[in-house]
Amino acid sequence: MNTQPKSWYNMELEHVPYALAGHNVPWVLAARQSAFARFAAHGFPTRHEEEWKYTDVSVIGRRTSLAPDNIPPDPSSEAKLLAWALASEDIHLMVFVNGHYAPGLSMVGDLPAGVRMTSLADMLDDAADLPESLFDQQHKHTIFAALNNAFATDGAVLNLAPRTVLKAPIYLLFIASGHGVAIYPRNIVVAGDGARATVIEHYMGTLDAHNFTNVVTQISLSAHAEIEHCKLLQEGPAATHIAGIHAEQAADSHFVSHIFSLGGRLARNDITAQLLGRGCHCTLNGLYLLDDRQHMDHHTRIDHLAAEGVSREHYRGILDGESRGIFNGKVVVHTGANKTDAHQANHNLLLSRQAEVDTKPQLEIFADDVKCTHGATVGQLDDNSLFYLRSRGIDAELARSVLIYGFANDIIGRVGVPDLRTRIEHLVLERLPQGDQIKELL
Amino acid sequence: MLTVKNLHVAIDDNGNGKKILRGIDLNVKAGEVHAIMGPNASGKSTLVQVLAGREGYQVTAGSVRYLGQDLLAMTPEQRAREGVFLAFQYPVEIPGVSNALFLKTALNAMRKYHGLPDLDAMDFLSLVRKRMKHVGMDEALLSRAVNEGFSGGEKKRNEILQLSVLEPKLAILDETDSGLDIDALKLVADGVNDMRSPERAIVLVTHYQRLLDYTVPDIVHVLSQGRIIKSGGPELARELEQHGYGWVEAESTARQVA
Ligand SMILES: Nc1ncnc2c1ncn2[C@@H]1O[C@H](COP(=O)(O)OP(=O)(O)OP(=O)(O)O)[C@@H](O)[C@H]1O
Ligand SMILES: [Mg+2]
Repeated sequence: MNTQPKSWYNMELEHVPYALAGHNVPWVLAARQSAFARFAAHGFPTRHEEEWKYTDVSVIGRRTSLAPDNIPPDPSSEAKLLAWALASEDIHLMVFVNGHYAPGLSMVGDLPAGVRMTSLADMLDDAADLPESLFDQQHKHTIFAALNNAFATDGAVLNLAPRTVLKAPIYLLFIASGHGVAIYPRNIVVAGDGARATVIEHYMGTLDAHNFTNVVTQISLSAHAEIEHCKLLQEGPAATHIAGIHAEQAADSHFVSHIFSLGGRLARNDITAQLLGRGCHCTLNGLYLLDDRQHMDHHTRIDHLAAEGVSREHYRGILDGESRGIFNGKVVVHTGANKTDAHQANHNLLLSRQAEVDTKPQLEIFADDVKCTHGATVGQLDDNSLFYLRSRGIDAELARSVLIYGFANDIIGRVGVPDLRTRIEHLVLERLPQGDQIKELL
Repeated sequence: MLTVKNLHVAIDDNGNGKKILRGIDLNVKAGEVHAIMGPNASGKSTLVQVLAGREGYQVTAGSVRYLGQDLLAMTPEQRAREGVFLAFQYPVEIPGVSNALFLKTALNAMRKYHGLPDLDAMDFLSLVRKRMKHVGMDEALLSRAVNEGFSGGEKKRNEILQLSVLEPKLAILDETDSGLDIDALKLVADGVNDMRSPERAIVLVTHYQRLLDYTVPDIVHVLSQGRIIKSGGPELARELEQHGYGWVEAESTARQVA
């Protein structure tokens, strides 16, 4: 318990749930209030807590207000342009501005029978279709999940009936607009038996806005369901972003998560997967590309709770300037999860002396006949490779960018949707000196 | 084209200045093919890497002029753009970068330097396909990461492919013939023979007479313990094949004593 005076706390926060979606539904209001009480009692995590050892979130507590933004301003023209460009692509697009659904910018298009895509706010107001257990998840994850449960404004709810296959990806674009706003999206994906879909979450900020985003995405996969999830973090340079991505997998389901952490001042992503049924496949991929004073923390946790599960984890970091990266990957093989096959790798490239990375792979095994490996490396660009490129007439700066691109490509290449892969490749190249030249040659 | 004078090179081997090259003199004219032979660890790769601009070596004395310029003052990329090409003894693997991207980046860097427009994707592909066929290289290797998982022979062919696409003025091949099967050796030799022209010079570092049977050099040098101890015509390579290096080394020591 936190006994220090809570600088962030004011009585008004307790009243926030009365102004949010679902306030007329007694169980929704009660869930929000109890989530807020839990958060208020605990307060923000401090670096004394093992899980928060490297990431100081006190900056969030010093904000003027934690209350969610309720009148979103007009998004920047850059954000609108992206939304318009996306609207013409073969995707189902939902755009949110400061955590509120913006139908005018969205283009959901035709969905196959059995697929429902709705705004969470609408569902909370008319809570008949939303099981309480799906919304009220405050006790399951970090204390930020409780805060999200209390203040979630809106988000996407995707429901896939058994055996429905969504060919075009779902694209959720979250635009942060204005200054110093707090944004609480909440996304829920429920995939029925054998259903298949790709879901993209793209967070886009604006220049120098001290925005705070606290998002939770929960994904539930029934037997044989296959979900590929891809998150693009492109927040503004002053933004704070705290996120949870939580998957629950029934037997023989396949879950693939990719995260590309590119923009934002301070970010923390907690990605968890629970392999509840036999024969699940879980893949967690990630790339963090950091510069200046960016700080990004990725905590992953895979719980093998049933036999014959397969998990693969590939995380890579590229750190320049005075940036700081943290990778903490925990794999727990529980009693009975025999014949588990788990592999985890985290490789980091340090481009400056001031950049720092902490990598901690953790394996806990309580089952028999398992195959588990993990490895982590921290290194620099290879002189030999640099010389090889330069000896072919490529200047030193471009040669470095080519090598960094190659290092990143190991993760980018794992994305299943070709258009998305290209988009990410371009976002990464835009960050590299002379990257535009490489882009032209691809 | 290339004039090496009294070149001394040392390496900072954990604080001990280790002398590797101890006074190399070499004069290569346009149109000539030179072969450099010599026992293991005599300094052949060091010499050619220093010519290509590898960092980490200290030139403690001597000079290198290339086409009237001070070669040692140039960056590796400047040397390459001015026409120096080194086929590596141990080609480097570059994960995540396709062979096509690598070749295109290199070719366009050269073209830009010479004021030529970038080659578009179609022209590039037709050029590379032609050259790949010529060096007997599988086209699938174009989309694979540079040298990653390539067999020894494929790596060597990849060096020759780069050579033929970049068309240098001074081509230096460091044991490109090692580890090749007989057919591949012939392809590499053909590749080198095709490059032979009055405007171009070729330096072949090799241990084997076989390559020199296909690509007959104008001059053969023997490098031993950081010095060129003997130079001669193509017959020198055959004598070495018969008698080994001991014979020239003994002769050279005798000359020094006398
Ligand atoms: N970076 C280095 N650090 C320490 N020693 C080095 C380095 N580079 C070369 N040497 C040493 O210099 C000597 C000459 O090496 P070099 O590679 O030039 O020989 P070489 O004639 O090419 O031999 P080979 O026929 O086996 O290829 C060797 O003793 C080698 O160990
Ligand atoms: Mg050598």
